[in-house]
Amino acid sequence: MSGWFSHLDWGDIAQACLDTLTMLGASLVLTVLLGVPLGVLLFLTAERQISQNRIVNAVLGMVVNILRSVPFVILLIVMIPLTVALVGTSLGVVGAIPPLVVGAAPFYARLVEGALREVDRTTIEAAQAMGATTRQIVTGALIPEAMPGLISGATVTAVALVSFTAMAGVVGAGGLGDLAIRFGYQRFQTDVMFVTVLLLVLLVQAIQIAGDRLARRFSHR
Amino acid sequence: MIELADIYKRFAGSGGAALNGVSLSVSRGEVFGVIGPSGAGKSTLIRLINALETPSAGRVVVDGTDLAGLSAGDLRALRRRIGMIFQNFGLLASRTVAANVAFPLKLTGIGRSDREAKVAALLGRVGLSDHAGKYPAQLSGGQKQRVGIARALATDPDILLCDEATSALDPETTRNVLDLLRSLNRDLGLTIVLITHEMDVVRAVCDRVAVLERGEIVESGRVADIFAQAAHPATRRMLAAIGA
Repeated sequence: MSGWFSHLDWGDIAQACLDTLTMLGASLVLTVLLGVPLGVLLFLTAERQISQNRIVNAVLGMVVNILRSVPFVILLIVMIPLTVALVGTSLGVVGAIPPLVVGAAPFYARLVEGALREVDRTTIEAAQAMGATTRQIVTGALIPEAMPGLISGATVTAVALVSFTAMAGVVGAGGLGDLAIRFGYQRFQTDVMFVTVLLLVLLVQAIQIAGDRLARRFSHR
Repeated sequence: MIELADIYKRFAGSGGAALNGVSLSVSRGEVFGVIGPSGAGKSTLIRLINALETPSAGRVVVDGTDLAGLSAGDLRALRRRIGMIFQNFGLLASRTVAANVAFPLKLTGIGRSDREAKVAALLGRVGLSDHAGKYPAQLSGGQKQRVGIARALATDPDILLCDEATSALDPETTRNVLDLLRSLNRDLGLTIVLITHEMDVVRAVCDRVAVLERGEIVESGRVADIFAQAAHPATRRMLAAIGA
């Protein structure tokens, strides 16, 4: 009988949760590791900043904009050769991680750039006046001062990654979003759809609450 | 101590010149003021002294060193001998008062125990020993500027640059901060260059003053002489503004 909740296979759902969390965790860490330096470079090389460089800034900006304008599903497909070269497979959870990072890092880099622009210009000038090197300004002043903004940006990026992972089902990566699309949507199993979407809602709520708390801990304003 | 020789400064994009043939010299141990209305080029001028700005033409010489010829490393070393304080303080909001004062010492790689002793002494000097563990957001404007001063003194500079250091403060706090600057000048032999738009500030602390208008020095001399008989209309206007 196809009653309410009859399609639910809790083992599948548990596996999907695990897949989503794995993809999210790994790709978020890598996104931050790539996005922070990229955002710092975008900020430093911009006009009237301490390492102003029109060419570097224009090239980086263009790469970031191009990657941000490619729809994620397309990115998944066109990246297959690169993904195989990087992680040995283009399939499953592991195969989804490189495109997730390439999709999210440019987005996060722009958020990082924005957070750095919010840092009081005088604090940067003060550090310069003390004889700080550019590296010392970045690690000692810019990043600590922008920390609440960097964390808020990572939270927004993590939520975006959750919806990206739903599309990673295209390469057989699994996850909650994939379950919702394949069973809930394509096979009209409304109960599966309901449960998976509910879990995604809870996941996003948890990310947002954790991000807000962490950002507040770093804020001394 | 500080020589600016025939300085011109133009900014790309803006039509006019920020500085138009400015020359001045500041002696060791002097408190030198530069006064002028906003947009006169004061900020640019004071930033030439620690090379936060570079001149389009002209020479900047600090303690016998021409800044134009310095390598990046030598410039950083020179900057450690020039403290600077700012209108908006420029403190790190993410660090405590003590950590802010320790920051320039950390940059030079001074060990933790030496750093802590130095920070304690500096905070005592500016009267903030009780506030070491607070964050800048918990302080009043006058206290923030005292932190700024302690931080600027951390590397034992010979010169202190004050960029509208009291413009964000009320009159009484301004007087306290100016008294502190005066005593630092007296006790440490610190050479001070300050820019301001307030004649009161000049009268309170400066030995000599230059009046800057539209990128040119229109009048300069000893403060007493300028107050007694100002020659230029711009100076007279600023004196009239404080009823002197």
